[in-house]
Amino acid sequence: MAKYLLLKHYRGAPAAVNDVPMDKWTPEEISAHVQYMRDFAARLEETGEFVDAQALAPEGTFVRHDGEGRPPVTDGPFAETKDLIAGWMVIDVDTYERAVELAGELSAAPGAGGDPIHEWLEVRPFLTEPPTITE
Amino acid sequence: MNEALLRSLTPSVLGILVRRGADFAAAEDAVQDALVKAISVWPADPPRDPKGWLVTVAWHRFLDATRADAARRRREDLLDEEPAPGPASAVDDTLQLYFLCAHPSLTPSSAVALTLRAVGGLTTRQIAQAYLVPEATMAQRISRAKRTVSGVRLDRPGDIATVQRVLYLIFNEGYSGDVDLASEAIRLTRQLAAAIDHPEVAGLLALMLLHHARRATRTAPDGSLVPLAAQDRGRWDTESIAEGVAILQAALARDRLGEFQAQAAIAALHADARTAEETDWVQIVEWYDELVRLTGSPVVRLNRAVAVGEADGPRAGLAALAAVDDSLPRHTAVAAYLHERDGDLATAARLYAEAAHKAPNLAERDYLTRQAAGLNARARP
Repeated sequence: MAKYLLLKHYRGAPAAVNDVPMDKWTPEEISAHVQYMRDFAARLEETGEFVDAQALAPEGTFVRHDGEGRPPVTDGPFAETKDLIAGWMVIDVDTYERAVELAGELSAAPGAGGDPIHEWLEVRPFLTEPPTITE
Repeated sequence: MNEALLRSLTPSVLGILVRRGADFAAAEDAVQDALVKAISVWPADPPRDPKGWLVTVAWHRFLDATRADAARRRREDLLDEEPAPGPASAVDDTLQLYFLCAHPSLTPSSAVALTLRAVGGLTTRQIAQAYLVPEATMAQRISRAKRTVSGVRLDRPGDIATVQRVLYLIFNEGYSGDVDLASEAIRLTRQLAAAIDHPEVAGLLALMLLHHARRATRTAPDGSLVPLAAQDRGRWDTESIAEGVAILQAALARDRLGEFQAQAAIAALHADARTAEETDWVQIVEWYDELVRLTGSPVVRLNRAVAVGEADGPRAGLAALAAVDDSLPRHTAVAAYLHERDGDLATAARLYAEAAHKAPNLAERDYLTRQAAGLNARARP
């Protein structure tokens, strides 16, 4: 088994095929989308492949140390930051192919007009513990 | 076996061990062990005296643990001095335990965890699941909290305000899990109200009961939020409401108003209205005025603006809102609502979308996005 992070971006991914902001959908289309996401997670729980899913607020702050005895420096949010993570799902699956298959399914969540969004999700393998047997 | 009943014995058992000379941290561990043993043994072999059973088992656990300890000798002296387990002043023990677990030297998250374990008798695993953190993290949080309060003596009256705040947090910020934290908060507040005669503790209990009564109607089957005005009032829990109102009335009659009583009074006025239209918003605004006077809280001013909007019309609400700090969470959502009521749907839709962007949780984000979407859909030809 290997863990993969399916990353959804507010910004930084190529534009989705069905790229309409959510507040321009109908309330029914929003309900359908939310239901699709819930069903997807529930199905992965059933197959024993679900680990975690979280959503992030759109705005964050950059922070860095500024020397002993001084408060950290904060800055941002930066409008020009290319990448902005919206949330993630962590899955634990047998193969990379399975991770890609699931990401594809998740990307097909319905959007405006009830059509799949076809948004771009990023699939990132976790770095694992080293195996016991190495030779 | 009724696990809640078992857990309700926790504070007095712990109090007895501490009065016999056990230090709080070790006694608390011993009581946890006894609870776990009770859960496995009692169903087949229920004791005649559950509390006595727990005291005996916990005391032996404590002695076993201390014997195994390096400081064996010093503690065996303690064994010789073991006092007879006389009639327990359970009420005092329980109250002191609340003060200790919500001690002002603890951070809110530590106080919450320690209260749930030492007073509530929940296991570390249950608490960890409820707050969505690893069990090891929660275990560490609890043992650090116990170290922090280890020097505090159990014989002084504590700070009731911090206890109230901890119980309020458990009720208001409980997540899900196999333990219902809202019910647990009510149980603990009920127990506290029995141990101390205090109008604000009663007010807090009333507040919880009145909000808990609406619980089944707050979310739709698909998990989406249902606002107060759209809730099916026929499904509100009338028993819980009646109890909350009675407790509140008795507290208010003592004429020592505090913020929990005032908040409960607002909840009671909502509970009184058979339909959203029947809500007595004028009286609700008066209670918000009291709350502003009591707390000066900007969040209260924000909620007051909503009430003013209902009592005196959306323009008056917007005027009240103009005086509230606009960086507050939910300020934009309130503005969107008041503009919607005022008929300015385009502004409302824009503000709902902006509020969704700033929403502090997914359920609110979805709700606000849906509001924006609904208004935008209506605007389309």
